[in-house]
Amino acid sequence: MFDLDLWREIFQSINKNRTRGLLSGFTVAFAIMLFTILFGIANGLENTFDELFIKTADNAIYVYSGRTSKPYKGLQVGRAVSLYNEDFEYIKNEYSNKIEYITPKLSRNFQVSFINKKGSYNVLGVHPDAQHIEKLKIKKGRFINLNDIKSHLKVIVIGRLIEEDLFGKTSAIGQYVNLEGINYKVVGVFKDNGGDSQERLAYLPITTVQHIYIGKDAVGEINITYNRKMSSDEALTFGTDLTQTLRQRKNVAPTDQRAIRVNNMALQTKGIETMTGGLGILIFIIGLGTLIAGIVGISNIMIFIVKERTKEIGIRKALGATPKSIVSIILIESVLITALAGYIGLLIGVGVLKWVGPSLKEYYITNPEVHFNIIITATIVLIAAGTLAGFVPAQKASRIKPIIALRND
Amino acid sequence: MLEIKQLHKSYPIGDSRLHVLKGINLSVKEGEMVAIMGSSGSGKSTLLNIIGMLDHADSGDYILDGLPIKNLNEKKAAEYRNKFLGFIFQSFNLINYKNALENVALPLYYQGMKRKERQELAMFHLEKVGLADWAHHLPKELSGGQNQRVAIARALAANPKLLLADEPTGALDMTTSYEIMEFIQQLNDEGKTILMVTHEEDIANMCKRIIRLRDGVIMEDTAIKQVRAKQHV
Repeated sequence: MFDLDLWREIFQSINKNRTRGLLSGFTVAFAIMLFTILFGIANGLENTFDELFIKTADNAIYVYSGRTSKPYKGLQVGRAVSLYNEDFEYIKNEYSNKIEYITPKLSRNFQVSFINKKGSYNVLGVHPDAQHIEKLKIKKGRFINLNDIKSHLKVIVIGRLIEEDLFGKTSAIGQYVNLEGINYKVVGVFKDNGGDSQERLAYLPITTVQHIYIGKDAVGEINITYNRKMSSDEALTFGTDLTQTLRQRKNVAPTDQRAIRVNNMALQTKGIETMTGGLGILIFIIGLGTLIAGIVGISNIMIFIVKERTKEIGIRKALGATPKSIVSIILIESVLITALAGYIGLLIGVGVLKWVGPSLKEYYITNPEVHFNIIITATIVLIAAGTLAGFVPAQKASRIKPIIALRND
Repeated sequence: MLEIKQLHKSYPIGDSRLHVLKGINLSVKEGEMVAIMGSSGSGKSTLLNIIGMLDHADSGDYILDGLPIKNLNEKKAAEYRNKFLGFIFQSFNLINYKNALENVALPLYYQGMKRKERQELAMFHLEKVGLADWAHHLPKELSGGQNQRVAIARALAANPKLLLADEPTGALDMTTSYEIMEFIQQLNDEGKTILMVTHEEDIANMCKRIIRLRDGVIMEDTAIKQVRAKQHV
């Protein structure tokens, strides 16, 4: 029920006791402001980490081969070790439940030309899974598919900037580009948030590259993303296991770091997980501390307010105020001030983040923002706390005996 | 109007109890104007507080206008106070951030009266105490006598059966005291029943009956010839 008179009473009380309102409001506003800024900075740090890993998947494992650096089983040092299609197939089948995506990769620089425009681009022979590992977004058309692989089709998927370079404003889809004498049909254009260089790449079916330019089924490297259900520790074990299996398979000394190299992102992921985990706990503690400080502040002020209003409450009770009306007048005032001040603190906090946010980039804080939900939650917690903190004093106030309150000082 | 039988009240002091009222018997009829006198600690204020339902008696009966006042919960007590009683205090006890009109209207607010109605009624009572021109002034902008008149208007606003005054002239100089007493007498002439605690003989003599308390019992209860305050002004 909306009781206009009750609200009138409350607004009059707030209006006529501004110092009191400002005092309690300031505490709440300050708590919410600190809370907002802290969470914003925490989010900024997290955004920085996300950005660092946006180029490639954070669960990637890269397998490279090179020359042996140690003699093994009678084989000499300096022997070139290559990975082949069969190695790729072997890994794919052997570890199918630990792998999310997997692709072999062959990279070469090509002159790519269309009519009279041309440019030198890095072209990669891959399997369809590369799209997910490289986090490519298909702008139009499609990516390499299994049929392209099987039939060694001369199709190409180009980056958005290659399309811009060679085709200007017209669409590249269905057109033929020339890679050193051989025509490839453009079947897709992709976008990549990883930056300009990532959008000046082109992808071919790996079998086509092998068939036309190499003449054998060697693959340069193998890129894997591991199953995300695995913890980073399990992923690390998987990486080591994979390394040893491959070294054995290629007759490489188990300690030879050059012939078979496996770069496992799980190592970094784990480090970052530990760091963000620690950071999260820290932020949680600080946030909780801020909120508790706010709650204690409100409680103190509420106790002070009730004490200050003892006489008024006594008068009201003598004139016929029920305990309920006393509780509601004090509680609503406290909740009102808390909510309003919380909102002001929030605005200031968001404002500060907006204002100093861009200049924090060099401190590894990117786009410090606070999710609306967190703010709402914090405000609700504060209001609830204000109510709770105010309830006990208000209850006490409602039990004040008028005779005691009205005793001549 | 008011019937009190064998009223006892004691307060705890440390481990023992201080027996303040030791069996009070009192009967007040409608239209009476009674002064309760006694030295401090005689129990006069405690008696007034119990009559005003601001405090509970330990034992005994208290019947107000045929209604037994016993085991009231806070809500009921608030309702009865609002309906039956008007209070006048020594220190006025006006709410300092409300103006005269709002102070007078407050008991009507707790009666649930509509805003417009209660402002009209409050204005009527302010006019009655001669302060219509001061309706929008805060207590701190008014003199002591004016404040007490606002308080009287507030006590009258809810049209109570019984007016309770606790040293109503205690904080006022003599001239103002007599002015206030003149006004209270006038209310009594109009038929209001008034109970007043005082320790000033001249003020008590302006009532129609004096009850003297000592050590929690009534020592003396005499009807007197009322001295009109007007003669002194």
